[in-house]
Amino acid sequence: MSVDLRTQYLGLELKNPLVASACPLTESFDNQRRLEDAGAAAIVMPSLFEEQILQEESNFTGVHEFGTNSFAEALSYFPEPEEYRVSTEEYLDRIQAAKRGLTIPVIASLNGTSLGGWLRYAKLIEEAGADALELNIYFVAADVEMSGEEVERRYLDLVQAVASSVSIPVAVKIGPYFSSVGHMARQLVDAGAKGLVLFNRFLQPDIRLDTLDTRPHLVLSTEFELLLPLRWIAVLYGRVNASLALTSGVHSAHGAIKGLLAGADVVMMASALYKQGLSCVGAMIEQMKLWMEENDYHSVSQMKGSMSHRNSPDPTAFERGNYMKALASFTGTPI
Amino acid sequence: MADKRFVTVDGNEAAAYIAHLCSEVMAIYPITPSSGLGELADAWAAAGRKNIFGSVPHVVEMQSEAGAAGAVHGVLQGGALSSTFTASQGLLLMIPEMFKIAGELTPVVFHVTARTIATHALSIFGDHSDVMAVRTTGFALLASSSVQEAQDLALVAHAATLKARVPFLHFYDGFRTSHEVAKIEQLSDDDVRSMIDFELARSHRERAMSPERPFLRGTSQNPDVFFQAREACNPFYQKAPQIVQETMDAFAARFGRSYHLFDYFGHPEAETVVVAMASGGGVIEEAVDHLVARGRKVGLIKVRLYRPFDGAALVSALPKTVKTIAVLDRTKEPGALGEPLYLDVIGAVAENWQQEKGTRAPRIIGGRYGLSSKEFTPSMAVAVFDEAAKPSPKQHFTVGIVDDVTHLSLDYDPQLSTEGEDVVRAVFFGLGSDGTVSANRSSVKIIGENTPNYAQGYFVYDSRKAGSMTTSHVRFSPRPIKGSYLVHKANFVACHQFHFLERIDVLSVAEPGVTFLLNSPFPADVVWDHLPAEVQRQIIDKRLKFYVVDAYGVARQTGLGVRINTVMQTCFFALAKIIPIQEAVQQIKDQIVKAYGKKGGATIIEKNFAAVDRAIESLHEVQVPSQVTSSLHMVPAVPTDSPEFVRDVLGMMIAYRGDDLPVSALPPDGTFPTGTTKYEKRSIALDIPIWDPKICIQCGLCSLSCPHAAIRMKVYDPAVLSGAPEGFKSAAWRGKEYAGMSMTIQVAPDDCTGCGLCVEVCPVRDKEVAKHKAIDLLPKLDHLERERAAFDFFLSVPEIDRKQVAVDTVKGSQLLLPLFEFSGACAGCGETPYVKLITQFFGDRMMVANATGCSSIYGGNLPCTPYTSNREGRGPAWNNSLFEDAAEFGLGMRLAVDQQIEHATNLLKKLAPQVGDNFVQELLNNPQETEEQIALQRRLVADLKAKLVTIGDADARNLIAAADYFIRRSIWSFGGDGWAYDIGFGGLDHVLASGRDINLLVLDTEVYSNTGGQASKATFRGAVAKFAAAGKPGRKKDLGLIAMSYGNVFVGQIAMGANPLHAIRTIRAAESYRGPSILIALSHCIGWGIDMSKGFDYQKEGVATGYWPLYHFDPRDREQPLRVDSRPPKGAFKEFAIKQARFAILSRTKPERAEELLRLGQEDINFRYSLYEDFSAALAHGGAKSVGAADPA
Repeated sequence: MSVDLRTQYLGLELKNPLVASACPLTESFDNQRRLEDAGAAAIVMPSLFEEQILQEESNFTGVHEFGTNSFAEALSYFPEPEEYRVSTEEYLDRIQAAKRGLTIPVIASLNGTSLGGWLRYAKLIEEAGADALELNIYFVAADVEMSGEEVERRYLDLVQAVASSVSIPVAVKIGPYFSSVGHMARQLVDAGAKGLVLFNRFLQPDIRLDTLDTRPHLVLSTEFELLLPLRWIAVLYGRVNASLALTSGVHSAHGAIKGLLAGADVVMMASALYKQGLSCVGAMIEQMKLWMEENDYHSVSQMKGSMSHRNSPDPTAFERGNYMKALASFTGTPI
Repeated sequence: MADKRFVTVDGNEAAAYIAHLCSEVMAIYPITPSSGLGELADAWAAAGRKNIFGSVPHVVEMQSEAGAAGAVHGVLQGGALSSTFTASQGLLLMIPEMFKIAGELTPVVFHVTARTIATHALSIFGDHSDVMAVRTTGFALLASSSVQEAQDLALVAHAATLKARVPFLHFYDGFRTSHEVAKIEQLSDDDVRSMIDFELARSHRERAMSPERPFLRGTSQNPDVFFQAREACNPFYQKAPQIVQETMDAFAARFGRSYHLFDYFGHPEAETVVVAMASGGGVIEEAVDHLVARGRKVGLIKVRLYRPFDGAALVSALPKTVKTIAVLDRTKEPGALGEPLYLDVIGAVAENWQQEKGTRAPRIIGGRYGLSSKEFTPSMAVAVFDEAAKPSPKQHFTVGIVDDVTHLSLDYDPQLSTEGEDVVRAVFFGLGSDGTVSANRSSVKIIGENTPNYAQGYFVYDSRKAGSMTTSHVRFSPRPIKGSYLVHKANFVACHQFHFLERIDVLSVAEPGVTFLLNSPFPADVVWDHLPAEVQRQIIDKRLKFYVVDAYGVARQTGLGVRINTVMQTCFFALAKIIPIQEAVQQIKDQIVKAYGKKGGATIIEKNFAAVDRAIESLHEVQVPSQVTSSLHMVPAVPTDSPEFVRDVLGMMIAYRGDDLPVSALPPDGTFPTGTTKYEKRSIALDIPIWDPKICIQCGLCSLSCPHAAIRMKVYDPAVLSGAPEGFKSAAWRGKEYAGMSMTIQVAPDDCTGCGLCVEVCPVRDKEVAKHKAIDLLPKLDHLERERAAFDFFLSVPEIDRKQVAVDTVKGSQLLLPLFEFSGACAGCGETPYVKLITQFFGDRMMVANATGCSSIYGGNLPCTPYTSNREGRGPAWNNSLFEDAAEFGLGMRLAVDQQIEHATNLLKKLAPQVGDNFVQELLNNPQETEEQIALQRRLVADLKAKLVTIGDADARNLIAAADYFIRRSIWSFGGDGWAYDIGFGGLDHVLASGRDINLLVLDTEVYSNTGGQASKATFRGAVAKFAAAGKPGRKKDLGLIAMSYGNVFVGQIAMGANPLHAIRTIRAAESYRGPSILIALSHCIGWGIDMSKGFDYQKEGVATGYWPLYHFDPRDREQPLRVDSRPPKGAFKEFAIKQARFAILSRTKPERAEELLRLGQEDINFRYSLYEDFSAALAHGGAKSVGAADPA
């Protein structure tokens, strides 16, 4: 029996539900091509970080201003460049190269810091030819005076502004740290998001014991981390009018299948690509097909959301009951 | 002729523009103030800009000016058209080639920014001593007196040289013209092409060497024919003036600007005429206009073509009515009958007047002006005219100074102004770091290129590299601006730094009723109370219109940090009303886009736009009270109890009043006292390091790293604390060596630059608040008074006896008094910690021969001297000779010392019967390798002198004079990589081969730092530098390996930031070696494009990655002479490199090339480490017979 792996994400027709998530691996065209060859249905490019662009601008401006016009013998210290290629241009060039060289959709990712920056770069990304835009919103409310409502408002204003300024579909990659993830998801969709990507694995500061300073630290995900997005995909399936992408913890075909069963339109992978190599996509597709055949599923659309909160035989499993069951299983059922 | 095109450029750009169009190959070498010419040519070549022949000129950086001239000579013989750029010492190095080039009748143009030749002192500023030194070479000398002329006569030179076959030196005044920004009418490529005869260019190529039509030049001639052959060139020199005039005439016909060999300006029946060259001409012209308007019969001859000197043309240009000619020379020729131009005019008049005019020849007097860019004003020119009109004028006078020794100077009226009332004359006082000069350059451009007004900008910088003050002198005029001199009567004054008011009399230039703009942290309604009384008095008396803006506030709000340039520039336009403010704002914004757009700075542009918009709303007028109310007063430049020389001479220089010092105030031979930086309390830091004795582990790294010796460490008897002021911090010494003693780490709050290097190297963090280190940078004003008192007390605490100190440790070394302190080096400098450390070890017995460069500038640039002495009055004796000769200069010192030791030894042996044989043996045989032995030797020498006094005969008196040589001297040559790798390499190599006991310290910043970041052979592959805009393509020269090849040279490669203990021990080992030693010290630099506070971190990473391997080669170590002291490369070079702008720039301009060069750089690193390891193994255990074969002499 042949199975139909096709799916739709952000209105894009994908040949299967496996998408390479935003990470440094998706930066180079070589890797993009290898991912396509391995069977990935789309790639999400690594984020264009506005903060990094600003830092770069500041650095290069600073270099040319530092010590300039201060000392009679050395009015400057570096040759004046004809023109710098800033990260933005490189990023946009990469989008264009990807679009020229790949047949699969190319989704750009953007992490901004100012509204002006978000809008400016979103437009540039659209103009460069990206098929869709994923907003990598990461706001740490370190100001203890800031309420949850204010935080949510920032997200929503931003999504609304960006979504209304570009015509390509916009997905929003969020973290799990909202008081009501479902409600927030709905608001994001109402603000213009065509898709939700669950969840962002945030860069967390780590403390170095040798130097007593803090350094950003990101470890690759483990399969266990699948469960958190799995729950929320299941909850959101059928309850928001947007595509759903599951990311974090998809390391195997089984993980991907679970995501689809929970209701994801696509599953995204990054850590698995690092750990298993880019070619793992192909193997996972084969394993998915095998599982589907063995379990008599003929298409992804058929299995999508069949184990969601709405469709699950035991919806409370996605709620508090999950904990109860675990307790019960460990203490044993009284005879 | 095409439509007129006006640009605002400086003199260097004006001349370089022509040179680039007319040349096919340019060989260059950086030297102030001509570096900009080569940099522009290089940058244009890199950008593919073509010459008029349709090709992109090749620009080649050489190892010295001698090399550049040699290459140019070869280029010319090879058939290409060439030019080069230089000044001063550089021009002197070219002299031998110039004779050759002229002797072969080869067309070429050298563009020279005329600069003072170093004599009793170096000076980077302008006069004609360099040009005059080459007047015998056979080069034609053509002088430009303005930025416009720098372009026009550059073209005349390039055109005329082809026809005359006489090489040309086109010159203009260094700084005054080379760095003056002015509005000029720029020639187009076609204009330039129309002036160059391509047929003559082809003729030049046909005369070139070719195996297809072989000939021989450069013969060796003998007495039989040399003379005749030398005279054979005469026709060419006879025709040259006419050719130049024809070229000038052709130029005038095409472009309307008329020049003559000698241009006359003034009254047609002038009785008094001044003759002068270059920028002084415009000044005198302004004075002539002023005097003629008042009925005086005066005139001016501007000399354009100085060589070949056409005496007939000069006399022809002079009115017949002239009774007195005053010739002004911008040079000094001690011992001559007169200066060169004066003598030429005398000769010309003697030869031609009678025949030309038929009347009695005029009286001729000569005088000097403007040496080293000494200000020359119309008022001074008027004084010259007045003097010349006297019945018995002074001969060989000077003007612009007060000569109270030989009384040659002329008085002048400093209040006299010849400027038009409609000329905007503005003076801006700012810091180098605040962007004031950039803002004013931009303003000059805006007015010059967008209005009918003429514009002129000239910028004065002080002599320090950290916290330097800039003064911008700007003029806008409806007429061409003739005078090239500072603005002395300003109708707009801006002070961009509030704290200047207490030290600098910024309002002395303000005319009554003009506008004063102040960047003030205090709002308009309260600022008055914060002004010194002297400032209030001038504002009231001069009825100034007083405005304030909180520029730092605006810059902060708009994210610009300390760059207040756009804020102040906008306020200037708002107040000066030269153009409508809306138009000015638009123009400023356009300039911002131009400045930042190509750096990809979209947000920087936005921030600057915001600053412009906010500036005007933040600008407020101050209602000036009618009374002086302030109790604040301006502070004296130096403490009132300073030594007399410091107070009366150096203090004047510090207060920017050095121009007022008379001749008698200054040493005639360039000898200055050391240890005077301590009197100049610049207090430039905003934050200073504050020590926490409770958590300090007393490692000494903060003190070691401090580039300015502004953090000190002492250990002392706790009893001294009884006299300590409140707030003086102390801790018990933690180690065993000084059990029971106390210690203090103390900042010199007014000498610290706030660089933060000390804080970054501090290894200690507080256990409860990790951000708190044992030394933190904290706001200076919160701690100033307490730390001042503490530092004063600290200085009074006696240093520990050197003999008790474990000097070969980090903390031990920091208990030794630094004899190099508070220099004007950059904040966070990577060189000075080495210099300071060496003075701590050997300063009381060292002599230093310093190559010109950063280390000579922070080491010896007046007003103050950082080398200092200890309580006994001993300290480094220091001298800077030249850039290229520091090794030889040092060797000479060694030779002298050795000779004197030999002389003293002979005398001592002769006097042995009187002073005692045992005493003599003890004195002569003391090895003097430890502090104890040095101290013993000092006692012995003192005893010897006492004995000799009692003997009293001639031998004894001679030995007294020479006895100090018995104390072992530590001879050092200091210099940067430009010296050691490039211009001085030949001499350095020879000194290494000499076997003599001399120590060479190479402060390797991997770039020509002092002249603004040009590539040297020490520059690492892939780094971007000037003259290597596309990244240095080749491998860094391995100077250490070359030195090791001698076998008997101690070689150490060190990086204090990476391994301070290694640096300490290697320095000490090098000095202890009784043969030649070379230390190559990694020195982070502003030219790396890094956060300088983290310089030591970069050094650390540089060593870890193998970028800078540590090693030492000690010929005394027969077991293993070469020891590689750092671990094998770990981590990627790319990761280290990309954090520095010098490498990162390339990745943003040419990413593929950057990738390739970084890859090759990594290969260099790997190769070098393997090579050292293999070499070390090969040498181990006597494996290389050559080691030791050439023991020290």
